[in-house]
Amino acid sequence: MKIFSGIWHWIDDRTGASAFVKPIAEHPVPPNTGWWYVFGTATLTAFIVQVLTGIALSTAYVTSTADAYNSLQFITHDAFLGNLLRGMHSWGASAMVVLIGIHMARTFLMGAYKFPREVNWLTGSVLLLFTLLMAFTGQLLRWDQNAVWSVVVAAEQAGRVPLMGDATAHFILAGDTVGGATLSRFFAFHVFFVPAMIFLFLGIHLFLVLRNGISEPPKMGQVVDPKTYREWYHKMLEKRGVPFWPDAAWRDVVFAVGVVVAIAGLAIIFGPPALDKPPDPTILQAYPRPDFYFLWYFAVLALIPSEAETFVIVGGPLIFGFLLFVLPFVANKGERSPYRRPWAFAVVLTAVVMIGTLWIAGEQAKWSPNFNPKALTSEEVGATSGPVYQGAQLFQSKGCIACHALGGNGGQRGPDLTAVGSRLSSEQMVTRILNGGNNMPAYGSILNPGELDALVAFLQTRKGR
Amino acid sequence: MKTAVSDNGDNEDSGSDKQATITRRAFLSKMSLALSALAGAIIGVPVVGFLVAPLLQKVPDVWRVVGAVDKFKVGTTVEVTFLDASPLPWAGVAAQTAAWLRRDTEQKFVAFSVNCTHLGCPVSWLQNADLFMCPCHGGVYYKDGTVAAGPPPKPLVEYPVRLRNGQVEIKATGIPIA
Repeated sequence: MKIFSGIWHWIDDRTGASAFVKPIAEHPVPPNTGWWYVFGTATLTAFIVQVLTGIALSTAYVTSTADAYNSLQFITHDAFLGNLLRGMHSWGASAMVVLIGIHMARTFLMGAYKFPREVNWLTGSVLLLFTLLMAFTGQLLRWDQNAVWSVVVAAEQAGRVPLMGDATAHFILAGDTVGGATLSRFFAFHVFFVPAMIFLFLGIHLFLVLRNGISEPPKMGQVVDPKTYREWYHKMLEKRGVPFWPDAAWRDVVFAVGVVVAIAGLAIIFGPPALDKPPDPTILQAYPRPDFYFLWYFAVLALIPSEAETFVIVGGPLIFGFLLFVLPFVANKGERSPYRRPWAFAVVLTAVVMIGTLWIAGEQAKWSPNFNPKALTSEEVGATSGPVYQGAQLFQSKGCIACHALGGNGGQRGPDLTAVGSRLSSEQMVTRILNGGNNMPAYGSILNPGELDALVAFLQTRKGR
Repeated sequence: MKTAVSDNGDNEDSGSDKQATITRRAFLSKMSLALSALAGAIIGVPVVGFLVAPLLQKVPDVWRVVGAVDKFKVGTTVEVTFLDASPLPWAGVAAQTAAWLRRDTEQKFVAFSVNCTHLGCPVSWLQNADLFMCPCHGGVYYKDGTVAAGPPPKPLVEYPVRLRNGQVEIKATGIPIA
């Protein structure tokens, strides 16, 4: 032991490690910060998980559009602990997105962005942006069919940007189409550029946390006055401050370890996301979906009026970024307690409810046609020949069932037709089928009169239960 | 940078030295900053140029053969696959692309991009319904590519098609950006 102690003292003497780290570790922080303050460290922990598992995965991942998919198959099914590592990287990404969201909501609710921590907030906002960029580029590195079409969707959205849309889209694609250069570009962003930016802004963020101090738990009536706050804060620390390590840090450690255990546990139980079909752009039976963090946005694009789309795609992120930017400038003093800032509660609650609701809608994706419904049985049809039987065949072959369900079988984009025979007369059905509607094609040029009669005959037998 | 100099001769000398030193410092500072900027430019110009090059490259006009004319029946729409306009050697399957080719008459072929004009998802062709359907947000197109329902803002994009030496050729022009 003496030898180790001697070695450590030599290193410490020559490097000044203790002299550098101790004041940082033991810097005074406000007392009773509690469990609400653990989410920043937890986000950092998730990022560390991503860096470590990402480095390991990159040793086997092949950055080539021809081979990336096969290398992922190898990592997932053949490499020792590869499945676990991919799982941890995927669940770690989810954890990072969720935790940075909670950290930001906590900071906002407790007014911790107010004087003198405005730049803490701004750097945190930039870190949120980079975290989302990591999440998106990571999904694309999976380089399966879903990833390929997600790149196209991203490029098409970028194409909506006025004036520079075309250039931005081609920058994303690294050319005029998805090809050999596309994956390399996303790999470089995911593995080098964005993580480097995260390290940079994380460094600034943590420096500012030390410089401006951890915000004290807010109390009703205890307002922030930029003229007096700093003096008051330092006096408070002198009087009642406790060393960060271990008085406050123990909670961070406990929660962070919990995060690591949860990520590993989820990776063991659920594994990594399954790989979709190969990344062949000629396989058109695709069902592109974003990972869960952007599923709510997928729903937004399906539900808003098409006239508003470009504004939402281009203006939405700009407005969101602008609001994050101006917040600490327009509200940097006054009350911090969430109990005296009901609008802050309202903003967070609205955001959570909106994203949650849209997320559920995105998960269900009722607007998407069902290309693989079950074939209607003769029992369901109620006939084996004649117009009703023929109508049932047409209902399936003409694509009606892709958007309309019968007894729970079929798409959900259009109204459920299980009991349509009780709701609409034959004439009403004919009008709707021939003319279509906003989300329904007009079948006037698709069906001949005999087919139309048969289809209506079939639908008239749908009386429900 | 100006410095205060006293009337005292000695001080004046030292003051002049100080002024000279500060001037020298100012020069060295500016020179160091300028050289750093030069180094940054030497590194940055090729890096940025390399990254934005795809924006400046003109898509080459490349016609790809997708099959013999006789292979396609009048009135049918089928998927055809062909090589990108500028495939990279390591692209693998990503170098391939597809289009929906419709033969309207003996001599008239129409090639539609497979990308939905809403957000680029691949549309499927429902042969019996004579409709294209998008799996993402439910966009629907008629057989002539016009919008039948849903959010697509415009018809399916058409690729130029020509017939040469008994072969159908499509002009590979990349993914149409909305």
